[in-house]
Amino acid sequence: MQPKSPPNPGRRKFLTYTTSFLGIVGAFFAAIPFVSAFKPSAKAEAAGAPVKVDLSKLLPGEMMTVEWRGRPVFVVNIPKENTNFITKNLERLADPNMEDPSQPDYAKNDIRSRKEGIAVLTGVCTHLGCAPKYYPEAKPEDFDSNWQGGFFCPCHGSKFDLVGRVYANVPAPTNLVVPPHFFEKDNLLVIGSDGVS
Amino acid sequence: MSENTIGKKSLEWVDSRFPVVDLFERHLSKYYSPSNINVWYLFGFLLLIVLVMQILTGLWLMMNYTNTAEGAFSSIEYIMRDVDYGWLIRYMHAGGASAFFALIYLHMFRGMMYGSYQKPRELIWVGGWFVYVLLCAEGFTGYVLPWGQMSFWAAQVIISLVGSIPYFGEDLAIWIRGDYIVSGITLSRLFAFHVVLLPILIIAVVFFHILALHEIGSNNPDGIDVKKHTDQDGVPLDAKPFFPYDITHDFYALGVFLLIFCTVIFFFPEGGGYIIEYVNYEPANPLSTPAHIVPSWYYTPFYAMLRAIDFPLFGLTAKFLGFVVMAAGIAIFAALPWLDRSPVKSIKYKGIYSKAFLTGFVISFFVLAYLGSVPPTETKNMLAKVFTFIYFAYFLLMPIYTKLEECKPVPERVGDPA
Repeated sequence: MQPKSPPNPGRRKFLTYTTSFLGIVGAFFAAIPFVSAFKPSAKAEAAGAPVKVDLSKLLPGEMMTVEWRGRPVFVVNIPKENTNFITKNLERLADPNMEDPSQPDYAKNDIRSRKEGIAVLTGVCTHLGCAPKYYPEAKPEDFDSNWQGGFFCPCHGSKFDLVGRVYANVPAPTNLVVPPHFFEKDNLLVIGSDGVS
Repeated sequence: MSENTIGKKSLEWVDSRFPVVDLFERHLSKYYSPSNINVWYLFGFLLLIVLVMQILTGLWLMMNYTNTAEGAFSSIEYIMRDVDYGWLIRYMHAGGASAFFALIYLHMFRGMMYGSYQKPRELIWVGGWFVYVLLCAEGFTGYVLPWGQMSFWAAQVIISLVGSIPYFGEDLAIWIRGDYIVSGITLSRLFAFHVVLLPILIIAVVFFHILALHEIGSNNPDGIDVKKHTDQDGVPLDAKPFFPYDITHDFYALGVFLLIFCTVIFFFPEGGGYIIEYVNYEPANPLSTPAHIVPSWYYTPFYAMLRAIDFPLFGLTAKFLGFVVMAAGIAIFAALPWLDRSPVKSIKYKGIYSKAFLTGFVISFFVLAYLGSVPPTETKNMLAKVFTFIYFAYFLLMPIYTKLEECKPVPERVGDPA
């Protein structure tokens, strides 16, 4: 037996639509915990949080290593006398104009930094991930008789200048990566956040 | 002995409560398949067997596997060395993954060759395509679990592809990883996908795939509709029941398959680095990238497409475009039923253009598979571009060339002269 059609089809339709709509809204809210549980947990967030570095004790020529997200970050105070080489020694570099996006836009400049004299570089060789060594002084080295100061990777001989730009004809394909960073105060560097530009 | 034996009585008892006889007849003893089907029609059955084998071996592996960044790699070594026959179960599972893809590619090619995706089998084809997509995800997630170097860096590369999506890609990648870098958190969610979510989906979609097939019935190498000519009981004249006829062939094929499969897992379990890559015997090290990251052989055609796109276009980055092209290379199979405008199904009766483009597709698939497995050079990159173009030409030009060409007439019945 066919059930009789409802006495007020308009009201039936209205009830169907409103119930369906509320059902969809409910499903949306029910999805929130499932979607949110996928985000980095508080523990992961804490491990990946930006790190603050006090630079007041970093003397010219010195480098310090800071860990951020499980990777070493080199912070170098480049001596005045070396900064000249950075803009001059370009013909030996593979990508002096930084075409490869291995730095944030605000660090795509001559000094590859937000602040003159301070280089912030991820200390992982772009070849196979070894840790490059810091050779700051411009003097002949075993690996380069015309060394201008920079980083040398002992694993496979990749060379980078003081701001992490890779030399031509070495195994590493790209410049050292500049992590997001900003200066909260003059001597207080924050690694891991672009801050307000 | 009376007529009502215990066996018959029990069957009646069950059958009046659950349609066991009806199911047996509908799907086996009275399910008819064309009498002219050939060797290409064996792979569906073999795929089903491999699916069962993967579920069984996977279940056993899971009993000894640890899904943490600290424990995963050594738990695989534990399975290999300390668990009785652990090595065999793992080799079956890893080799089974490669077999799964080899068989599904043959199975898909059969459909493309004989036009099995055409009306009225569109949903069978789309369902099968969906199984393939799920299988790709299953293969990828499983590949990450041993947490060797290739596992880690494959996860790194694939998830960072998501990061190339404009505007929200980076956030999406973090959401997928559950961390800022690929970590134990990522490993353990990929594990959950691999052992729960994806297998359930695969089983469900395979079920619908077979259900849809049994509604319409198999196509055949001639593309003849065997349901047109039936006897007075409605039984197709050019067909025979699946049970016991086809199943006998299928079991013979299973024997041949197992002969090959066992040869591989017992004598070449690593498949020359194609089934298990040597680099993956080093534990994952986030600080050291392997010299070249290569995906498993069954993804290499699409990996070659990804690398072939090395130029930005319309303000989109090369990386994102490569990702789009790679995804399109997989997605476009689903559109086949609507791209093919040919009046005939089988390649046997299609014209010269269809034959040429299908040949081009097969060649490009193999060339891309090779190119995706070797380090890129400038020449190889150029080749990859050309063959990516040929690959897509097969699909995208299909509405045109299937209309232009002249087809041969399809015989009315199996065995009729063409």
